[in-house]
Amino acid sequence: MKGFEDLLDDFENALLKIDRINAASIFRGFTQESKEFHPVEQLVVGSLDRIGEKWELGTVSLAQVYMSGRICEELIDEYLPKAKVNRKDSPRIAIALLIDRHALGKKIVTSLLRAAGYEVADFGDGLTPERIVEKTIESRIEILLISTLMYVSALKVEELRGQFDREGYRVKIIVGGAPFRLDEGLWERVGADAGSRTASDVFDLLEYLGDGKGVS
Amino acid sequence: MSRQPMTSMERVMTAITHKEPDRVPLFLLLSLYGAKELGMTVEEYFNKAENVVAAQRAMREKFQNDCYYTFFYASIETEAFGSESFFVENGPPNAGVPILDTIEDVFHLEPPEISESPGLKRVLRATEMLKERVGNEVPIIGVAMSPFSLPVMQIGFEKYLEMIYFRKEAFDRLMKVNEAFCVAWANAQLAAGATAICYFDPLASPTVIEKEVYMRTGNVVAKRTIAKIRGATATHLASGLTLPVVHEIAQTGTAVLGFGSADDPVALKKEAEGRVCLIGNLNGLEMVHWTREQARQTVKTVIEQCGKGGGFILSDGHGEVPWQVSEETLLAVSEAVRLYGTYPLK
Repeated sequence: MKGFEDLLDDFENALLKIDRINAASIFRGFTQESKEFHPVEQLVVGSLDRIGEKWELGTVSLAQVYMSGRICEELIDEYLPKAKVNRKDSPRIAIALLIDRHALGKKIVTSLLRAAGYEVADFGDGLTPERIVEKTIESRIEILLISTLMYVSALKVEELRGQFDREGYRVKIIVGGAPFRLDEGLWERVGADAGSRTASDVFDLLEYLGDGKGVS
Repeated sequence: MSRQPMTSMERVMTAITHKEPDRVPLFLLLSLYGAKELGMTVEEYFNKAENVVAAQRAMREKFQNDCYYTFFYASIETEAFGSESFFVENGPPNAGVPILDTIEDVFHLEPPEISESPGLKRVLRATEMLKERVGNEVPIIGVAMSPFSLPVMQIGFEKYLEMIYFRKEAFDRLMKVNEAFCVAWANAQLAAGATAICYFDPLASPTVIEKEVYMRTGNVVAKRTIAKIRGATATHLASGLTLPVVHEIAQTGTAVLGFGSADDPVALKKEAEGRVCLIGNLNGLEMVHWTREQARQTVKTVIEQCGKGGGFILSDGHGEVPWQVSEETLLAVSEAVRLYGTYPLK
């Protein structure tokens, strides 16, 4: 019988080959044996983490990262209701694309989080700072994930932070996207609480910013 | 004994043929920066070819640039297909809602006529006006999005990836439409006076699409398309990793290859030598915060790494200098090229 590490390798390889059928077969075999969500999460998040690290090293593509996340999200969506397992008791998280309309990065992060069992509210694309503030307060969001593609949109995070301050609303902002990868200190200069270089970095940042509240 | 300085055209052509010109050519790829030069909004600036011509000429004079760059903004091409662009302050316009709602819509898509697109006509007019004024002294660089990368704006990244991986017939159909458009658009710019076409292909980078998939998709498309473009091309991956695909891109028939700050310049130079001229790789976002000394040091380093033997043009690594970069930094880059880039290199 295969050990967990071998299974992780097989699942990761199936994801990297965008082989939905093989990935589903490995996943379903494993979930039939496992009665708890934690090992399932380890399989999914473990594989996606490794894929994220490989993207950082330049050995896998953004397309593979995205497709892997989508496949895992589909599998988790199918598994959770059947297994009667609830999503995590996590901080209230939302994600939004500030000004821009290219949503791939946002979708990757959303898929990763949902694949790990988190509830994530998707506020949408092409949003102004005003609209994001409004939605955040209305939904009592605790951690706000902001994705951008263009540099000028990344600079708008400063305006977003200023509007939250004026409203007296405290929210942790995690930013991600190409401008923050190309300019490493940018997240801090625009007033975010953290910057995520890769999609899977978001797990560590949630742990750090969410005071570990229900996040493992 | 001092040599007679070359014209920008001579300098660039010498570098492209892998020989040493009088100095390393400088391509500051200034597009929307022209609006800042003329004190206009980006939307107002790109609304008239005359604005672009005036700014290009003023900026070349100011920064001693070795090219004119007639790139307006990427979504001007999807405007020709019927979509909108959204203008923002101090940055490039964003492409609006994709024109293709579903993958099935691809089968009803036809290439638009260049002559029916007001935006593309403005680019052609700017190219003609620059050509009338400069003749053959300064290269005029036009831009065409690659048929393989344009779909990100036409249908959105997610649906396009579904097509690449699972819907071959839809992918092939879209490439057929886009190849016809790209060839017509590139050749129209060459006919208007462009010296060469920058073939923007960010999806060719293994940062975005894995090499094995690129080789059976975008690389095949590039070979077919570039063969039909009646002039020189420079392929640019807009900051994505270039090193793993340098040979394969050189085989598409392109003469120049853009690279960004994530690549290893020394390894890239070794692989590109004699095959393809390199253009890069200043980090446009870091340039926003550079001191004069950082500009000098960065230019010096990359020239040391890539300049020997020609085959190198200094530029930013993305294909557009951000609005937020100061004139002082651009002047420092320009001075540093003359200081450290004069051949023979020290």
